[in-house]
Amino acid sequence: MYQEVDMAKLNPESVVILQKDDLAKLLNILRSHSYQTIGPTLRENAIVYDEIQGMEDLPIGWTDSQEKGSYRLEKRNDDAYFGYNVGPYSWKTYLSPARVRVCNASRSENGFNVVQETGNAPNYAFIGVRPCDVKAIKILDKVFINDFCVDNVYGNRRKQSFIVAVNCTEAGNTCFCSSMGTGPKSEEGFDLCLTEIVTEQSHFFVTEIGSDKALEVLEALSPQTASESEIKEAERRIENAAQSMGRNLNTDRIHDLMFDNYRHPQWDDIAERCLSCANCTMVCPTCFCNTVEEKTDLEGDNAERWRIWDSCFTLEYSYIHGGSVRHSTKSRYRQWMTHKLASWHDQFDTSGCVGCGRCITWCPVGIDITEEVSAIRNSSTVPEETVDQPR
Amino acid sequence: MKGSMQPRRFRIDKVYWETDDTFTHELIPIDEGRFFNFHPGQFNMIYIFGVGEIPISICGDPDINTRLYHTTRVVGDVTKRKQHLKVGDLLGIRGPFGNGWPVEKAKGRDVVVIAGGIGLAPLRPIIYHFLNHRDDYESITLIYGTRSPDKILYRKELEEWSSRLDMDVSVTVDAAGRTWKGPVGVVTKLIPRIISNPDNSTAFVCGPEIMMRFTAVELLKRNFAEQNIFLSMERNHKCGIGFCGHCQLGSYFLCKDGPVFSYDKLKSYLSLKEV
Amino acid sequence: MENLEKILSEHPFFRDLDEDSLNLIVGCASNVRFEKDDMIIREGDKADKFYIIREGSVALEIQGPGKGKITIDTLSDGEILGWSWLFPPYHWRFDGHAQDRVRAIGLDGKCLREKCEENHDLGYELLKRFSQIIDQRLQATRLQLLDIYGIPS
Repeated sequence: MYQEVDMAKLNPESVVILQKDDLAKLLNILRSHSYQTIGPTLRENAIVYDEIQGMEDLPIGWTDSQEKGSYRLEKRNDDAYFGYNVGPYSWKTYLSPARVRVCNASRSENGFNVVQETGNAPNYAFIGVRPCDVKAIKILDKVFINDFCVDNVYGNRRKQSFIVAVNCTEAGNTCFCSSMGTGPKSEEGFDLCLTEIVTEQSHFFVTEIGSDKALEVLEALSPQTASESEIKEAERRIENAAQSMGRNLNTDRIHDLMFDNYRHPQWDDIAERCLSCANCTMVCPTCFCNTVEEKTDLEGDNAERWRIWDSCFTLEYSYIHGGSVRHSTKSRYRQWMTHKLASWHDQFDTSGCVGCGRCITWCPVGIDITEEVSAIRNSSTVPEETVDQPR
Repeated sequence: MKGSMQPRRFRIDKVYWETDDTFTHELIPIDEGRFFNFHPGQFNMIYIFGVGEIPISICGDPDINTRLYHTTRVVGDVTKRKQHLKVGDLLGIRGPFGNGWPVEKAKGRDVVVIAGGIGLAPLRPIIYHFLNHRDDYESITLIYGTRSPDKILYRKELEEWSSRLDMDVSVTVDAAGRTWKGPVGVVTKLIPRIISNPDNSTAFVCGPEIMMRFTAVELLKRNFAEQNIFLSMERNHKCGIGFCGHCQLGSYFLCKDGPVFSYDKLKSYLSLKEV
Repeated sequence: MENLEKILSEHPFFRDLDEDSLNLIVGCASNVRFEKDDMIIREGDKADKFYIIREGSVALEIQGPGKGKITIDTLSDGEILGWSWLFPPYHWRFDGHAQDRVRAIGLDGKCLREKCEENHDLGYELLKRFSQIIDQRLQATRLQLLDIYGIPS
């Protein structure tokens, strides 16, 4: 039934079939190519991204149930490898780590020496990257690798990364990637993109090839091309996810909606609930802000400069002499949401939100960005003093 | 250099105390390259070993690239430590960052420089620039407002500039004792007295945000065009290269889009609180 | 008198004032001159005049808490000194100290008050112009109160 594939005829647009066992082989091949394979795994009652040695490390047969401020693991009635949505981690954990040393300094006879960290960046292969997160990585690319400047930390990790995406065939309750145009199917930005198909009789992956690097990796597996019906089945399942999105966010003129509503009373309403805990920024796959801390030893002879994640929800974040620019919770939430949905477009020509829903799930008080946008939209009157967008 | 977190080391060659809480470091580069070029209005990230980095604007003459000048006011932890550094001690420098003042837009025009408090520091390079290239500009006016006579920065330069016939200098203070013979009152008060030709004038303003807001309003009242009023904004900086997010003002990253903007690009934000 | 009329009509404070009103005002005006360090007005004294400064500068002073006199504002060429003549009980609230030789036009407040009572058009014009100055000084005072250059606590 299947035709043997001549690898020479495969190209980065080809669609092939990987059987369940092929995936384990793929992982081994990647590891033999000296990739560190990072994928979803069970830890502390959540599905997080960590090093996986084999397919048995995946949360096989598990799924998650997500709602505002709630995340629960549940057993599935099949053995799907990727039968869940996104957890509290995102891939920025690996591409722009929460803590990374950027410089070492030491006292010297005539003052001090300081040397930038040039350690080799790890070779990551990311297994099971959801379409929203593939897009999030594309967005971080714009933040950290642009004409103005290239960030060494992110740039080196990213250059070497290998992305195995997985399209979603089920949507979570807090998902709204359809609204943001980022999923449930990944269109680009991956090396391989899988659509998992589990039936009682079979378990395989309709696999799109997205790069020459991927072709090389697949060579040893000699996969068969996918039949039309297999591709159709994958599409049907993806469409099923699209139809069952837990959330919806109307993005119509969202940029202006945000900028025209700086003074909207809804911000006060949010501020009554928001704890300013910064969870949303930590779990957000595109939030990139960081700060640098100086750590010295007890003698004060050696110092290390560490770049650590920061959040616009802290007071220190906007501190200038005289105090914080954004001292109210209201202004900090407004900064975050306006940045995500509006200023991001001006800065990076894309939305900063990919609709992954993490900020909704992991908000301890259940603030839901989609609800807040509709609250503003539904009661938005163009204020007398319309705020002109400067660009 | 770009994208690098590696500071260049400079040695403190002189320390000038401008006031009781504000000092200027004169620095000499000791690492790769003996020169440091910058554009008026740019800033550096200054590293103090064992303490950390702070953004400070460059306040020297842009036509001198062998020495670097930074005026610092003691307000926070890093600046408190910085004041104890001595001649011969080392500092790390990353920069220059930011766009700086668009001097080319003022060529052939009257220039009005309006400074408030420590805001004179980022403006000093532009004054040097105008005077170094005196023929490129029409009249030069400096209006400087500060808290009290003992807080006046760069006294020597101010005296020098005041004595020039081709430059008009006014200094006003918020309050003064009897020994002060100059004007008392907010800096905006001096604007109506000095400006005569708004159509051919470009203003460069730096000071506390509220001072710049009031100054811009006063300049607009005097028929200055919005795009001829330039303000230098202040936000927190951690990286200087657009990666840390701290310096955002609406859609701008001050380290790459600013810190200098014309008023028309800022007015919508200036009217809002906590942006 | 002709000279005074010309000076007043050219002064920004009286700009676009109709001729009749201007004539009424000229009737209350006189040329004055102060030497350096003269006290032009004194806190507590009867405020029966105001001045249009033609040249020189005047420091508005007040006794600060335990540190001698503090200058809170200076007024110079083209500016107006004094509005206490408009408001009962017509006493100066500050000292006005000539920082150098000051030439000014003094306007008799009592004379003007009476004319304003008789002629409300004149009164309205004058109050409109004074309100603007009061507004400007109030705004400036508020800014000064903020102590924007001070070290924030």
